[in-house]
Amino acid sequence: MTHDAAPVPGAARTRSLGSAKSGAADAWRMYVTAVALVPLSLAVVWIALSLVGKDYAGARAELAQPCQAIILLLFILAGVAHMKTGMQSIIDDYIHSPHLKEWALVANILFSVGLGAASIFAALKLGLSVGP
Amino acid sequence: MTEVEFHRSRPESRRPLSPHLEIYRPTLTMMMSIAHRITGIALYGGTLLLAWYLIAAASGPGAFETASWFLNSIIGKFILFGFTWALFHHLLGGVRHIIWDAGYGLDDPEREWLAKATLIGGGALTVLVWIIALLRA
Repeated sequence: MTHDAAPVPGAARTRSLGSAKSGAADAWRMYVTAVALVPLSLAVVWIALSLVGKDYAGARAELAQPCQAIILLLFILAGVAHMKTGMQSIIDDYIHSPHLKEWALVANILFSVGLGAASIFAALKLGLSVGP
Repeated sequence: MTEVEFHRSRPESRRPLSPHLEIYRPTLTMMMSIAHRITGIALYGGTLLLAWYLIAAASGPGAFETASWFLNSIIGKFILFGFTWALFHHLLGGVRHIIWDAGYGLDDPEREWLAKATLIGGGALTVLVWIIALLRA
Protein backbone atom coordinates (compact mmCIF):
# COMPACT_ATOMS: atom_id res chain seq x y z
CA MET A 1 0.00 0.00 0.00
CA THR A 2 1.63 3.22 -1.14
CA HIS A 3 -1.20 5.73 -0.95
CA ASP A 4 0.20 8.27 1.48
CA ALA A 5 -2.51 10.76 0.60
CA ALA A 6 -5.40 8.28 0.82
CA PRO A 7 -8.67 10.19 1.37
CA VAL A 8 -9.86 7.56 3.86
CA PRO A 9 -9.28 9.11 7.32
CA GLY A 10 -6.42 7.47 9.16
CA ALA A 11 -5.56 5.26 6.21
CA ALA A 12 -1.91 6.28 6.20
CA ARG A 13 -1.56 5.65 9.94
CA THR A 14 -3.27 2.23 9.90
CA ARG A 15 -1.07 0.86 7.15
CA SER A 16 -0.26 -2.80 7.94
CA LEU A 17 -2.32 -2.68 11.13
CA GLY A 18 -5.82 -3.74 10.03
CA SER A 19 -7.58 -6.75 11.56
CA ALA A 20 -6.72 -8.74 8.43
CA LYS A 21 -3.07 -7.51 8.69
CA SER A 22 -3.34 -6.11 5.20
CA GLY A 23 -3.17 -2.43 6.06
CA ALA A 24 -5.25 0.18 4.31
CA ALA A 25 -5.31 -1.54 0.90
CA ASP A 26 -8.82 -2.95 1.46
CA ALA A 27 -10.22 0.37 2.70
CA TRP A 28 -8.74 2.10 -0.32
CA ARG A 29 -10.13 -0.52 -2.75
CA MET A 30 -13.60 -0.28 -1.16
CA TYR A 31 -13.46 3.52 -1.46
CA VAL A 32 -12.40 3.59 -5.14
CA THR A 33 -14.88 0.89 -6.24
CA ALA A 34 -17.69 2.53 -4.21
CA VAL A 35 -17.12 5.87 -5.97
CA ALA A 36 -17.07 4.10 -9.37
CA LEU A 37 -20.19 2.06 -8.57
CA VAL A 38 -22.39 5.09 -7.83
CA PRO A 39 -22.73 6.17 -11.50
CA LEU A 40 -22.18 2.62 -12.83
CA SER A 41 -25.04 1.01 -10.89
CA LEU A 42 -27.40 3.86 -11.84
CA ALA A 43 -26.43 3.25 -15.50
CA VAL A 44 -27.01 -0.51 -15.09
CA VAL A 45 -30.47 0.16 -13.59
CA TRP A 46 -31.13 2.29 -16.68
CA ILE A 47 -30.04 -0.59 -18.97
CA ALA A 48 -32.15 -3.06 -16.96
CA LEU A 49 -35.19 -0.80 -17.37
CA SER A 50 -34.61 -0.66 -21.12
CA LEU A 51 -34.64 -4.49 -21.18
CA VAL A 52 -38.05 -4.76 -19.47
CA GLY A 53 -40.57 -6.40 -21.78
CA LYS A 54 -38.00 -7.06 -24.53
CA ASP A 55 -37.86 -10.45 -26.28
CA TYR A 56 -34.63 -12.33 -27.08
CA ALA A 57 -33.83 -10.36 -30.27
CA GLY A 58 -34.62 -7.04 -28.58
CA ALA A 59 -32.47 -7.83 -25.54
CA ARG A 60 -29.57 -8.99 -27.77
CA ALA A 61 -29.78 -5.80 -29.83
CA GLU A 62 -29.77 -3.65 -26.68
CA LEU A 63 -26.80 -5.48 -25.08
CA ALA A 64 -24.83 -5.38 -28.36
CA GLN A 65 -24.62 -1.57 -28.19
CA PRO A 66 -21.03 -0.43 -27.38
CA CYS A 67 -22.06 1.95 -24.55
CA GLN A 68 -24.19 -0.70 -22.83
CA ALA A 69 -21.42 -3.32 -23.17
CA ILE A 70 -18.74 -0.98 -21.80
CA ILE A 71 -20.95 0.07 -18.85
CA LEU A 72 -21.68 -3.61 -18.09
CA LEU A 73 -17.98 -4.55 -18.20
CA LEU A 74 -16.97 -1.67 -15.91
CA PHE A 75 -19.86 -2.52 -13.56
CA ILE A 76 -18.78 -6.17 -13.39
CA LEU A 77 -15.12 -5.28 -12.74
CA ALA A 78 -15.86 -2.70 -10.03
CA GLY A 79 -18.74 -4.74 -8.59
CA VAL A 80 -16.76 -7.96 -8.25
CA ALA A 81 -13.80 -6.17 -6.60
CA HIS A 82 -16.21 -4.37 -4.23
CA MET A 83 -18.19 -7.47 -3.24
CA LYS A 84 -15.07 -9.62 -2.81
CA THR A 85 -13.40 -7.09 -0.51
CA GLY A 86 -16.64 -6.33 1.34
CA MET A 87 -17.39 -10.00 2.01
CA GLN A 88 -13.77 -10.50 3.08
CA SER A 89 -14.13 -7.85 5.79
CA ILE A 90 -17.42 -9.43 6.94
CA ILE A 91 -15.68 -12.84 7.19
CA ASP A 92 -12.76 -11.24 9.07
CA ASP A 93 -15.18 -9.61 11.51
CA TYR A 94 -17.61 -12.44 12.26
CA ILE A 95 -15.98 -15.82 11.61
CA HIS A 96 -13.58 -16.57 14.44
CA SER A 97 -12.70 -20.24 13.88
CA PRO A 98 -9.38 -20.16 11.95
CA HIS A 99 -10.24 -23.18 9.77
CA LEU A 100 -13.71 -21.97 8.89
CA LYS A 101 -12.32 -18.48 8.25
CA GLU A 102 -9.74 -19.84 5.83
CA TRP A 103 -12.35 -21.85 3.92
CA ALA A 104 -14.73 -18.88 3.84
CA LEU A 105 -11.99 -16.59 2.49
CA VAL A 106 -11.11 -19.15 -0.21
CA ALA A 107 -14.79 -19.67 -1.12
CA ASN A 108 -15.29 -15.89 -1.34
CA ILE A 109 -12.38 -15.48 -3.76
CA LEU A 110 -13.43 -18.44 -5.92
CA PHE A 111 -17.07 -17.28 -6.05
CA SER A 112 -16.15 -13.68 -6.91
CA VAL A 113 -13.55 -14.57 -9.54
CA GLY A 114 -15.79 -17.26 -11.06
CA LEU A 115 -18.82 -14.98 -11.21
CA GLY A 116 -16.68 -12.16 -12.62
CA ALA A 117 -15.10 -14.33 -15.33
CA ALA A 118 -18.47 -15.78 -16.41
CA SER A 119 -20.15 -12.35 -16.46
CA ILE A 120 -17.27 -10.71 -18.38
CA PHE A 121 -17.33 -13.50 -20.95
CA ALA A 122 -21.12 -13.14 -21.37
CA ALA A 123 -20.95 -9.33 -21.65
CA LEU A 124 -18.12 -9.55 -24.23
CA LYS A 125 -20.00 -12.18 -26.26
CA LEU A 126 -23.14 -10.02 -26.22
CA GLY A 127 -21.22 -6.83 -27.04
CA LEU A 128 -19.13 -8.33 -29.84
CA SER A 129 -21.96 -10.29 -31.48
CA VAL A 130 -23.09 -9.16 -34.93
CA GLY A 131 -26.64 -10.43 -34.56
CA PRO A 132 -28.65 -12.91 -32.49
CA MET B 1 -13.85 -24.07 40.06
CA THR B 2 -16.34 -21.25 40.56
CA GLU B 3 -16.53 -18.19 38.37
CA VAL B 4 -14.87 -16.04 41.08
CA GLU B 5 -11.97 -18.45 41.60
CA PHE B 6 -11.47 -18.70 37.85
CA HIS B 7 -11.19 -14.94 37.53
CA ARG B 8 -8.88 -14.75 40.55
CA SER B 9 -6.56 -17.37 39.10
CA ARG B 10 -6.47 -15.79 35.63
CA PRO B 11 -6.01 -12.04 36.01
CA GLU B 12 -5.81 -11.56 32.23
CA SER B 13 -9.44 -12.74 31.93
CA ARG B 14 -10.57 -9.69 33.96
CA ARG B 15 -9.44 -7.33 31.24
CA PRO B 16 -12.32 -5.17 29.99
CA LEU B 17 -14.01 -6.55 26.91
CA SER B 18 -15.36 -4.47 24.07
CA PRO B 19 -19.12 -4.22 24.69
CA HIS B 20 -21.23 -6.41 22.45
CA LEU B 21 -24.02 -5.12 20.24
CA GLU B 22 -26.83 -6.06 22.66
CA ILE B 23 -25.36 -3.76 25.35
CA TYR B 24 -26.24 -0.64 23.38
CA ARG B 25 -29.64 1.01 23.09
CA PRO B 26 -30.61 0.66 19.41
CA THR B 27 -30.20 3.88 17.44
CA LEU B 28 -31.06 4.73 13.85
CA THR B 29 -27.43 5.11 12.72
CA MET B 30 -26.60 1.74 14.32
CA MET B 31 -29.49 0.03 12.54
CA MET B 32 -28.44 1.66 9.26
CA SER B 33 -24.92 0.32 9.72
CA ILE B 34 -26.28 -3.21 10.22
CA ALA B 35 -28.66 -2.77 7.26
CA HIS B 36 -25.72 -1.67 5.10
CA ARG B 37 -23.94 -4.97 5.75
CA ILE B 38 -27.10 -7.08 5.36
CA THR B 39 -28.00 -5.41 2.03
CA GLY B 40 -24.36 -5.91 0.96
CA ILE B 41 -24.66 -9.66 1.66
CA ALA B 42 -28.03 -9.77 -0.17
CA LEU B 43 -26.52 -8.04 -3.20
CA TYR B 44 -23.61 -10.51 -3.11
CA GLY B 45 -26.07 -13.39 -3.50
CA GLY B 46 -28.25 -11.46 -5.93
CA THR B 47 -25.39 -11.08 -8.41
CA LEU B 48 -26.06 -14.75 -9.32
CA LEU B 49 -29.40 -13.65 -10.77
CA LEU B 50 -27.82 -10.87 -12.87
CA ALA B 51 -25.05 -13.22 -14.06
CA TRP B 52 -27.69 -15.83 -14.95
CA TYR B 53 -29.60 -13.31 -17.09
CA LEU B 54 -26.41 -12.17 -18.90
CA ILE B 55 -25.14 -15.72 -19.50
CA ALA B 56 -28.61 -16.83 -20.67
CA ALA B 57 -28.84 -13.90 -23.11
CA ALA B 58 -25.36 -14.77 -24.42
CA SER B 59 -26.21 -18.49 -24.70
CA GLY B 60 -29.29 -18.50 -26.93
CA PRO B 61 -33.09 -18.17 -27.19
CA GLY B 62 -33.85 -21.29 -25.09
CA ALA B 63 -31.74 -20.24 -22.09
CA PHE B 64 -33.02 -16.65 -22.40
CA GLU B 65 -36.66 -17.83 -22.34
CA THR B 66 -36.03 -19.80 -19.13
CA ALA B 67 -34.31 -16.86 -17.41
CA SER B 68 -36.94 -14.29 -18.41
CA TRP B 69 -39.76 -16.69 -17.49
CA PHE B 70 -38.30 -16.92 -13.97
CA LEU B 71 -37.64 -13.18 -13.65
CA ASN B 72 -41.21 -12.41 -14.79
CA SER B 73 -42.76 -14.92 -12.36
CA ILE B 74 -44.16 -13.79 -8.99
CA ILE B 75 -41.14 -15.17 -7.12
CA GLY B 76 -38.75 -13.67 -9.67
CA LYS B 77 -40.40 -10.23 -9.41
CA PHE B 78 -40.35 -10.46 -5.61
CA ILE B 79 -36.60 -11.24 -5.61
CA LEU B 80 -35.92 -8.48 -8.16
CA PHE B 81 -37.90 -5.98 -6.07
CA GLY B 82 -35.86 -6.93 -3.00
CA PHE B 83 -32.66 -6.68 -5.05
CA THR B 84 -33.67 -3.20 -6.30
CA TRP B 85 -34.30 -1.99 -2.74
CA ALA B 86 -31.07 -3.54 -1.42
CA LEU B 87 -29.17 -1.90 -4.31
CA PHE B 88 -30.54 1.60 -3.69
CA HIS B 89 -30.29 1.32 0.10
CA HIS B 90 -26.67 0.13 -0.17
CA LEU B 91 -25.89 2.71 -2.88
CA LEU B 92 -27.12 5.63 -0.77
CA GLY B 93 -25.43 4.11 2.30
CA GLY B 94 -22.21 4.10 0.27
CA VAL B 95 -22.70 7.75 -0.69
CA ARG B 96 -23.11 8.43 3.05
CA HIS B 97 -19.78 6.70 3.68
CA ILE B 98 -18.12 8.77 0.92
CA ILE B 99 -19.48 11.96 2.58
CA TRP B 100 -18.12 10.77 5.96
CA ASP B 101 -14.74 9.92 4.42
CA ALA B 102 -14.56 13.49 3.12
CA GLY B 103 -14.99 14.61 6.74
CA TYR B 104 -18.59 15.89 6.61
CA GLY B 105 -21.86 14.83 8.21
CA LEU B 106 -20.42 13.10 11.26
CA ASP B 107 -21.94 15.41 13.91
CA ASP B 108 -25.26 15.04 15.66
CA PRO B 109 -27.94 16.66 13.53
CA GLU B 110 -26.24 15.84 10.19
CA ARG B 111 -25.67 12.13 10.78
CA GLU B 112 -29.30 11.58 11.87
CA TRP B 113 -30.51 13.56 8.87
CA LEU B 114 -28.27 11.53 6.54
CA ALA B 115 -29.54 8.25 8.01
CA LYS B 116 -33.17 9.28 7.43
CA ALA B 117 -32.39 10.53 3.92
CA THR B 118 -30.75 7.18 3.08
CA LEU B 119 -33.71 5.22 4.41
CA ILE B 120 -36.37 7.32 2.66
CA GLY B 121 -34.31 7.80 -0.52
CA GLY B 122 -33.71 4.05 -0.92
CA GLY B 123 -37.43 3.32 -0.66
CA ALA B 124 -38.42 6.20 -2.95
CA LEU B 125 -35.95 5.26 -5.72
CA THR B 126 -37.08 1.61 -5.54
CA VAL B 127 -40.74 2.60 -5.97
CA LEU B 128 -39.84 5.02 -8.80
CA VAL B 129 -37.86 2.37 -10.73
CA TRP B 130 -40.67 -0.17 -10.32
CA ILE B 131 -43.32 2.28 -11.51
CA ILE B 132 -41.22 2.85 -14.66
CA ALA B 133 -40.65 -0.92 -15.05
CA LEU B 134 -44.33 -1.80 -14.69
CA LEU B 135 -45.34 0.96 -17.13
CA ARG B 136 -42.88 -0.44 -19.69
CA ALA B 137 -43.83 -4.11 -19.20
